[in-house]
Amino acid sequence: MAVDPSDAIIRVRDVSVQFGSTKVLDELSLDVRRGEILGFVGPSGAGKSVLTRTIIGLVPKVSGRIEVFGIDLDAADAAERRGVERRWGILFQQGALFSSLTVRQNIQFPVREYLNLSQRLLDEITIAKLGMVGLKPEVVDRFPSELSGGMIKRVALARALALDPELVFLDEPTSGLDPIGAGDFDELVRTLQRTLGLTVFMVTHDLDSLHTACDRIAVLGSGKVIAAGTMADMQASEHPWLRSYFHGKRARAVVG
Amino acid sequence: MAQELKLDGPTLERIARGEGLALCAAGSWTAMFAPALERIVADAEQLTGTRPNIFIDVSDVAKLDTFGAWLIERLRRSLTEGGVEAKIAGLSANYSSLVDEVRRVEPTGPAEPVSGSFRAPIERLGRTVYAFGDDLVALISMMGAVLAAMLRAILHPSTFRLTSTVHHLEQVCWRAVPIVVLITFLIGCIISQQGIFHFRKFGADVFVVDMLGVLVLREIGVLLVAIMVAGRSGSAYTAELGSMKMREEIDALRTMGFDPIDVLIVPRMIALVLAMPILTFLGAMAALYGGGLVAWLYGGVDPDAFLLRLRDAISINHFTVGMIKAPVMAIVIGIVACVEGLAVQGSAESLGQHTTASVVKGIFFVIVMDGVFAIFFASIGM
Repeated sequence: MAVDPSDAIIRVRDVSVQFGSTKVLDELSLDVRRGEILGFVGPSGAGKSVLTRTIIGLVPKVSGRIEVFGIDLDAADAAERRGVERRWGILFQQGALFSSLTVRQNIQFPVREYLNLSQRLLDEITIAKLGMVGLKPEVVDRFPSELSGGMIKRVALARALALDPELVFLDEPTSGLDPIGAGDFDELVRTLQRTLGLTVFMVTHDLDSLHTACDRIAVLGSGKVIAAGTMADMQASEHPWLRSYFHGKRARAVVG
Repeated sequence: MAQELKLDGPTLERIARGEGLALCAAGSWTAMFAPALERIVADAEQLTGTRPNIFIDVSDVAKLDTFGAWLIERLRRSLTEGGVEAKIAGLSANYSSLVDEVRRVEPTGPAEPVSGSFRAPIERLGRTVYAFGDDLVALISMMGAVLAAMLRAILHPSTFRLTSTVHHLEQVCWRAVPIVVLITFLIGCIISQQGIFHFRKFGADVFVVDMLGVLVLREIGVLLVAIMVAGRSGSAYTAELGSMKMREEIDALRTMGFDPIDVLIVPRMIALVLAMPILTFLGAMAALYGGGLVAWLYGGVDPDAFLLRLRDAISINHFTVGMIKAPVMAIVIGIVACVEGLAVQGSAESLGQHTTASVVKGIFFVIVMDGVFAIFFASIGM
């Protein structure tokens, strides 16, 4: 996909993150380009979620610089930050739905906060978003504790998409979904990317997702991005971890 | 941002086309303009019935998102329902999949249930009264389960969790000492000061020692400590058990063949039953010390006279009554806290409600028990 490299929607430069004396990210640099779906992989515990949380601003960094939509979040004032937050959506690994609100209230929560809509339109949009993530309207008045794991993921995605963001962070979106559901989910992410011009930053372990949904793949290892490129680049790589990951038993089953 | 500001607001122009009508949408049909869009669409819906067919031409739309796409779809649906042949035309390839997506939306979702009629508070009252009965049953069955578990622990001492019990003892007893001693000390000071202030009017200063002794050893000491323990440790028990329930940790224990009563509740109950008498004793001593201090400094009753008077005024019965009550209060607080903890449902709100209920009910039952004890001890002459 020919995207101008200068058109980076997220620009991470030399970012280091440290917990106590353990260095989790070591001068890591990464670009996410406008309109692409970037799959982010790496061994468990390598710091994929930490990087996501650092970009969002939930984990403080020791050094380095992060720009989202061209705005340096450290230098941004409260209004600019809010502007950025309005333009991204985040799907947390466990869904992070508000447990005391119903599905309807969960999805409407960010919309009410930023837009002044009539209740009718809010309800219709809620149903539309639920439909987009493959859920029936019957679930709107259920509480998160009454939903299955897969449904929680879908509602959380609907909430992340509630404001039609330009950028979404997905933290292991297909883990815990059945293979057909996961396939639908990849298709859905693709559709949304086409229709809304969405940029997607997806932490995933799902090789199917990497194959079908992602334009580019970045690999995290020992605190740095050890490789970034297309699926073909990854398969051609000689790096031992990449070889075992993309040519292992599970990978062969996917590649066929 | 700059790119967004350049976008024009949305418009919907009406152009007659033969028998029919073309509605030309332009500008950005996005969430930002949603209130304006709703008005435009509501106006256009009035056209129902005026023309046999209407084209909605969206080729000039600069930007479309789910909100805009849905409103166009809403317009198409209401026109179609009104018997007009409505078609959406001029969709670019990008947007057509979005419009297809919203077209699949089922027409009417259920409306949010309305609450808040005048019957609701009465209904709630009724349910609360009814639930009180269930509460009593739950408390008694928890008590039975704990007793059975303790019996098991006596028969098979290897199943008893000593480490856990010691851990909880540290939490509810050792760490509670400073605050319990401080508060009871202050209350002792206050009782003594008030007693002296009022008794002095009729020259009965020295009787403050009688009042302080009886009150602190019999009632205030144990009651105050029980209330503090309910607030401090009862709430902690409920919150701990409740969040374990929420995260399915208790189910996990069960599937591994452990009884949550054995593993979680018995150590907590034993810790509390051991802690209450210790804290009550320390609290009573601190209150007497505080009372004596104030009597000396404020009332001029010197320590020797205070102790002499105390020895005459107080029999061992007063002390025994207080200490007998302490473990019973501990059982009441612990059982209430554990029942509430295990009743927590999935949400954060439920955890908060049950923690509150644990403290409120714990204190309520402590006071009820205190009343029952007062009648009991009076009738056996203690």
